[in-house]
Amino acid sequence: MDDAAIEAVFRSESGRIMAGLIRVSHSFDLAEEAMQDAFAAAVISWRAEGVPLNPAAWITATARRKLIDYARRAQTRRSNEDQLLYEYESRSCATEAEMSGPFADDRLSLIFTCCHPALNQEAQIALTLRTLGGLTTTEIARAFLLPETTLAQRLVRARRKIQQARIPYQIPSPGSLPERLSSVQAVLYLIFNEGYSASSGDSLVRRELCAEAIRLARTLLELMPANPENMALLALMLLHDSRRDARSTCDGDLVPLEEQDRGLWHQDQIVEGIRLVERALGRRNLGPYQLQAAIAAVHAEARSAGETDWKQIGALYAILLRSNASPVVCLNHAVAVAMSEGPEWGLERGLALIDRLGSSGELDAYHLYHAARADLLRRMGRKQEALESYHRGLALATNSVEVRYLRRRISELDPSAS
Amino acid sequence: MRYMMLIYSQENEAATPEDMRPVAAAHAALMEEARQRGVFRAADPLQSSATATIVRVHNGTAMVTDGPFAETKEQLAGYYILDCEDLDEALEWAAKIPTACAGGVGCIEVRPLREYPRGAPVNG
Repeated sequence: MDDAAIEAVFRSESGRIMAGLIRVSHSFDLAEEAMQDAFAAAVISWRAEGVPLNPAAWITATARRKLIDYARRAQTRRSNEDQLLYEYESRSCATEAEMSGPFADDRLSLIFTCCHPALNQEAQIALTLRTLGGLTTTEIARAFLLPETTLAQRLVRARRKIQQARIPYQIPSPGSLPERLSSVQAVLYLIFNEGYSASSGDSLVRRELCAEAIRLARTLLELMPANPENMALLALMLLHDSRRDARSTCDGDLVPLEEQDRGLWHQDQIVEGIRLVERALGRRNLGPYQLQAAIAAVHAEARSAGETDWKQIGALYAILLRSNASPVVCLNHAVAVAMSEGPEWGLERGLALIDRLGSSGELDAYHLYHAARADLLRRMGRKQEALESYHRGLALATNSVEVRYLRRRISELDPSAS
Repeated sequence: MRYMMLIYSQENEAATPEDMRPVAAAHAALMEEARQRGVFRAADPLQSSATATIVRVHNGTAMVTDGPFAETKEQLAGYYILDCEDLDEALEWAAKIPTACAGGVGCIEVRPLREYPRGAPVNG
């Protein structure tokens, strides 16, 4: 019971606690040590005396006392050593006064430190999950299918760089804020997608990663509540996550959107997601997450696949294309056009758009290009060409779930193939 | 903390003194600004990489060879040392440094200097 209480406090509060401890100690390592010691103390104390009224405040106070202990111990040790050395190093130790000051929410500064562009993106992701998400190194390593030592190394290097290059612990200046915020948003969305993309791995860990990304996006919005892209990022995650139970069979097979049982969609997430999208769009400052969230919202609003407002989706993709003409966006735009104008004209136009995209040959090695083309050809009844495209996509696909999906399409069109 | 800003630039032998005049002027202006803000510690341009000589001591014998690795596109063309509060301030300064010192385009590498306590031995 108490262990569960401690676990719950750790999950929900460790980011906030870490942020405050890093601010006063100027050190990720000291902060982490103090927090771990405080949680260890909690295990003993809470078992004996019960869970305190405000567990997070208890942990914070205990961890701060630990920091003061470390500083005193270091001071005693140093008093016998070179005084100059101490003067130099004391910069990194906070005074007692600093440590007993008011405990503000420092998570926003910490998010910007963890996602600083001077760190590579893998390090940004690991650091964000470890420091703000309160995931253990083991959990992160499992989620990313990495050996634990690799991940631990990555964290050590990132923290060392923060310390040695003096990456600041502050909200960026207004001039660099938009760019820096978009790098934070990208990290959170990557975390979500890592959990959401149906590749291999422990599905429970992956679900936890999605939940963590949603929690972090919620925190970011709470800290910068007026930013429409923050609203949209959370909305986008909620709307995708709402389909989690419908998008794969119990065998792990991918169920395409139009075949999903919409009764399994989580309505509470859809309601919240749509409300956030509407609020974001009301700010009249459009951005890529708002467009993607709006597209997800249109899908979520359709009671059946047939009622999907493809015209609106096509229009939203067309706007998205202006700022982000990536192959995925181009393909999705073409599909939306194909679906919006009915079987006679739409499919022809969609196919023409896709073929124009593919004419440069750049997308030849991209499995989704062939898969999207195959899907349109299948809808048009051009079975032989569809099969060819499915086979080309299959030869290029690496994700096991996508491979199974393509195999299924092939065997549906050509039962003798299986 | 002191940061060294290493200027890497593509060498363009065809660049004339007239071409280089605005680059030099931009450096002069930036150094003046850095001096006034109290962050300036040092800055120098380098002669072209064609003037470089490499010394490598092997088994006690100094081996002297010409130039660095000519295959690298961008060569070290100069440096600044600025005393900044943190990396963000250093990056703001770095973004203002002209990178066309050797005639072509280039970039800035920002590295913190390793600081030693006053009085402590440098290789301690």
